[in-house]
Amino acid sequence: MMRDTIILRVVVKLLLPVILIFALYVQFHGDYGPGGGFQAGVAAAAAVILYGLVFGVSAARKVVPQGILLALIPLGVLIFAGTGILSLLLGANYLDYSPLGSYPKAGQHLGILIVEVGVFVTVSSTMLAIFYAFGGRAEDALVSEEENE
Amino acid sequence: MHLPALQVVIPLIAAALCALFRHYFLAWFITILASWLSFAIAILLLLQVMSRGVISYELGGWVAPIGIEYRIDLLNAFVLLIVSGVGAVIVPYAQKSISQSIEKSQQSWFYSMYLMALTGLLGVSITGDAFNIFVFLEISSLASYVMIAMGPDRRGLTAAYQYLIMGTVGATFIVIGIGLLWAMTGTLNLYDLAQKIPLIENSRPVLAALAFLTVGISLKLALFPLHLWLPNAYAYSPGVASAFLAGTATKVAIYLLLRFFFTVFGGVEFFQSTPLPEILFVLSLLAMFAASIVAVFQSNIKRMLAYSSVAQIGFITLGISYATEIGLTGAIAHMFNHAIMKAGLFLLIGAVMFRLGSVKIEDMAGIGRKMPFTMAGFVILGLSLLGAPGTVGFISKWYLALAALQEGQWWAVALIVAASLVTMLYIGRVVEVAYFREPTVKVDQLREVPSSMLLPSFLLVGAAVYFGLDTSLSV
Repeated sequence: MMRDTIILRVVVKLLLPVILIFALYVQFHGDYGPGGGFQAGVAAAAAVILYGLVFGVSAARKVVPQGILLALIPLGVLIFAGTGILSLLLGANYLDYSPLGSYPKAGQHLGILIVEVGVFVTVSSTMLAIFYAFGGRAEDALVSEEENE
Repeated sequence: MHLPALQVVIPLIAAALCALFRHYFLAWFITILASWLSFAIAILLLLQVMSRGVISYELGGWVAPIGIEYRIDLLNAFVLLIVSGVGAVIVPYAQKSISQSIEKSQQSWFYSMYLMALTGLLGVSITGDAFNIFVFLEISSLASYVMIAMGPDRRGLTAAYQYLIMGTVGATFIVIGIGLLWAMTGTLNLYDLAQKIPLIENSRPVLAALAFLTVGISLKLALFPLHLWLPNAYAYSPGVASAFLAGTATKVAIYLLLRFFFTVFGGVEFFQSTPLPEILFVLSLLAMFAASIVAVFQSNIKRMLAYSSVAQIGFITLGISYATEIGLTGAIAHMFNHAIMKAGLFLLIGAVMFRLGSVKIEDMAGIGRKMPFTMAGFVILGLSLLGAPGTVGFISKWYLALAALQEGQWWAVALIVAASLVTMLYIGRVVEVAYFREPTVKVDQLREVPSSMLLPSFLLVGAAVYFGLDTSLSV
């Protein structure tokens, strides 16, 4: 935690919304340009990690609690795999998005968006969970050290 | 009709569900449903392939060389059967064993990883796409590192780390090999590759790709001198994970070796024009003896079985090195048989661990009197391991010996028999301690394990005897 660096704290607060918006742009523009769920997930997680680095992991844990993260990781996989099951139920091959829309092209478009949301959810929450696991450890150790003093 | 996709997707979704609910009993229940379902699917697929020939499934509706194709012929239908069969039989056993060795809050993670490893191994076996193979291989490897690290012993952590480093080196070699093939042909589909490679098979990048793939896969299948990760990984992981990995992971790697050698790289003639048969032959013989001899001197019985695995893999690759019909029959049969035997042996040793809390051979004095069924099973599978007639081990070694005879190598037959005799030494050592010594005070208090652990083990023991008498499936 960096208590005394006011410049850093103000700049980070200004940057956070930009990073998150950029993450969303990368997410939803992914099927036209470079990007997609993985890159967007990393960018979104990076925003929270930056917040955690400057304001402390415990502050970040208040924004995105650990319990929610652990549920989000498998949820993303289920969104991805579930889309495939949906196309099975609609009579196409696994992960064939064509029947999802009113005509095949719309279906393909919708399908890739849903699947990328699944990727986004899992990637961003896994990144954060790893950060909490390592970053939180140093902070927990610091807290117990202060208590001992 | 959509069975090929479901084969992989069911354990994947089940793994995510285990991680989502994080409840130890529910996770076990999901695991048992998913694993038996995929076993049923594997059986159906094998029946379909036997009656109607090769099945091809286009993932996402994209046609083969561009999209990912799942392609099932007799060989990988058989591998799917082995993997999902071993995976399913172990789960009923797992509940008691895992409850004892892993905390309640961590158990659902174990089941989740178990299913992930199953997903990966089934995926490697079923897919017809080279890059897909790499992805699934990494899924299964990462999941197995976690399972090994969850072992009851802290040494599990270093074992998992060792395996992580070696496994990643192997995977990197595999992906470099695949990358070179892609650069040369512009395709990742195995059957498309098989058509394009013969035209350029003597170009240097293709030979380099073959070398990278061979070394990478050999690391994954623990071919002697590349086996160093295996003994610790099997010895310090939870009993269930040892049984599962011993029965499936190395077998899938052997399947990959067969697939790349004989499907992708232009078949037997090309294989014999490279120095690979000689290299494999020498390394296999070394594995059979060196690993067996090391096994004799182990005090930890799980480590002993792990070294024995390295030796048995030597038998399998020996069959591959002949590249004749009989040799390959022997290799594939031994792959099947070794999966049954080693998974069964590790389950039975897991049962000993469950009651005794130790897997040191000297602690097991007189245990045969207190846990008669467990040790009887151990003796039967041990006999099979050394190739006694009437068990599966005999069948595959018979074919390997025939393959050697066909090449006129009498001395190789003698070596096969000699290596089997070394097997008798280390199995015999356990039998001597378990049956012919007075039980110690600690052993005297033991009872037989619950039937939920005994039955799955005996299913494998029964399979070892049944397929030793009725060889229509495995040969």
